[in-house]
Amino acid sequence: MSSIVSTVLSLVLFVTYIGIGALAHDTHFSLAWAMLCTALVWAGPAQIILITTLASGVGILQSAIAVTMSAIRLFPMVVAVLPMMRTPGTKRRHLILIAHFTAVTLWVECYRFLPHVPRERRVAFVHGLGCGLLGIGLCATVIGYLLAANLTQTFASAILLLTPLAFLFSTARNSKGLADILALTLGLAFYPVAALLDSGLDILVSGVAAGTIAFFVHKWREQT
Amino acid sequence: MSDFIGDWHALVVLLLAGVIPNQIWRMLGLWLGTGIDEGSDLLMWVKAVATAILAGVIAQIVVQPPGALAGVPGVLRYGAVAAGFIAFMLTRRSIFAGVLFGEIVMLAGRWWLG
Repeated sequence: MSSIVSTVLSLVLFVTYIGIGALAHDTHFSLAWAMLCTALVWAGPAQIILITTLASGVGILQSAIAVTMSAIRLFPMVVAVLPMMRTPGTKRRHLILIAHFTAVTLWVECYRFLPHVPRERRVAFVHGLGCGLLGIGLCATVIGYLLAANLTQTFASAILLLTPLAFLFSTARNSKGLADILALTLGLAFYPVAALLDSGLDILVSGVAAGTIAFFVHKWREQT
Repeated sequence: MSDFIGDWHALVVLLLAGVIPNQIWRMLGLWLGTGIDEGSDLLMWVKAVATAILAGVIAQIVVQPPGALAGVPGVLRYGAVAAGFIAFMLTRRSIFAGVLFGEIVMLAGRWWLG
């Protein structure tokens, strides 16, 4: 437990989910919806993409595509995390919950903690870590939702601003290469342009365009 | 109680648009178990598009804000994000400093505007 409390990452996690709870409230989702969203999706970017796209009234299919694009990164993450705790006796079903808990926070913390945990105890340890992190996320979702529901306009708007701030800076911090930085800046710049087209596919249009340009610029720089 | 759960239709949408498209990749990772090359072109493109989609959603929240944020003048919304970004860069990319400073500017601005 102390290992969970002591991490700065859980503070970022807490702030992020306060923002997500507030966002869910102000886009008129129910509290149960917000809690289930956190418990079952458990990936911050996917959640704000889901909430924002659904709230702007685009189709379910467009939301699903945007969510799934953001979730593909979970695949290599799960592949990287699971071997750290596998023993010859580990069954696949023992790892289902761990696969579910896997998100960027758990992934980073596994690299930090697991070297100090004996291999045969790691599955149990990560279940505890995952439950702790998800518990923090759930509490923060509820707190953010209730704060947005009960605070004055001034404070409610400040809480809503947490989401763009927290995601902008954590994405900027994780941007290492040129492709990442370009994808972030072009993605920010393209959305307002795509929104003017009002095609109903704004997010996908701007995302695919900005991401593809970033990718090709990166390839081009690599070759020259 | 019905306020708490809300509309059942929305919960089905959550499952179809949120839970399944997200969870499928974790379960694929679990079942396939072997990696794809992290440096492969396809994965790099996917990562770039995913980052740009997230950036687009961030822009959307600031440009076409929901709920209480819609009552805040655009200048103040952009100003708060810009101020947070400056603090983020000056503190050698501290997420916490960026968020805190952005929020301070937001609250100060609202008080100043009345």
